[in-house]
Amino acid sequence: MPAKGTVDIDIERCKGCNLCVPSCPTDCLALNTSDTNSYGLHYAYLDKEEDCIACMNCAVICPDAAITVYRKEDQSKQRRTHG
Amino acid sequence: MKKGYKLIYQRPKTLTDTRINYCPGCFHTTMHKLLMEVVDEMGIQEKTVGVCPVGCSVFAYNYMNVDMQEAAHGRAAAVATGIKRMLPDRYVFSYQGDGDLAAIGTAETLHACNRGENFTFIFINNGIYGMTGGQMAPTTLEGQKTTTSPYGRDVEKIGMPLKMAEIVSQFDRVAYVERVSCNTPANSRKAKKALRNALEYQGKKLGTTFIEVASNCPSGWKMTPEESLKWLEDKVFPYYPLKVFKKPDKKEV
Repeated sequence: MPAKGTVDIDIERCKGCNLCVPSCPTDCLALNTSDTNSYGLHYAYLDKEEDCIACMNCAVICPDAAITVYRKEDQSKQRRTHG
Repeated sequence: MKKGYKLIYQRPKTLTDTRINYCPGCFHTTMHKLLMEVVDEMGIQEKTVGVCPVGCSVFAYNYMNVDMQEAAHGRAAAVATGIKRMLPDRYVFSYQGDGDLAAIGTAETLHACNRGENFTFIFINNGIYGMTGGQMAPTTLEGQKTTTSPYGRDVEKIGMPLKMAEIVSQFDRVAYVERVSCNTPANSRKAKKALRNALEYQGKKLGTTFIEVASNCPSGWKMTPEESLKWLEDKVFPYYPLKVFKKPDKKEV
């Protein structure tokens, strides 16, 4: 399935709390357990780019507002744009 | 900005760029974000005044880019009363934890609610004194182990956990009381809606608005953030149910 959107994770803000990973309905996020950011914390990243549906679940639950969500332009009319 | 993509969600501009120093997974951070999103969407950044408590969120003024005032421990309701009475056109909120609002500041809170002061309480109830290292709070659940109740809270000696939302919903002049959480994306969206309702009702001068947040405290509960969410669902929500306790009549709104 082609990606409907994508997310951009600010890894310096991410604290690796791992709340976004189980909240993703398509399991496209993962926690990087082999690398850390400059604070010494693991961070989440977009593992399966093609599965992102731009549902914003990860961004809404992310405590640190580290996630920015983009939707592909041609599908932007189908759903509301903020929430 | 990526080509061919449309931005649909980003960090609210009313949050400062300061790195937020709460523990990973703490709902304080989520609530800061949701509150600032609401302020952003309502376009009231210049007209909002917040009152910080003593507790984990004592540095909230570093993170929220609105006018903020620090209050003595527990006295946020009294300070917010003063601000709102002097500046009635501002949107005033007090942001307090359970040690602040429900322990040392119970008198201020109840009397502010009884007078129907027209500001918004945001009450983060994590059932523990988080900042000082996880001691028992008035809202600690029955049997919950903390550093000062190592065998679990004994309700025979200490009494039952305080249900602040239920208590303040009894006052006639309180307009809106809701308990929310942000353990799932759906609940976070509801929490944001509740914050928006509270600020809008405040703008219409309907009375005190009170949002209790059933929060987690991964560090104080000695759990990972994910385990703390499970604890919330298994133990906290049965005692502190998420619901609207009081809302204004449709005619008033």
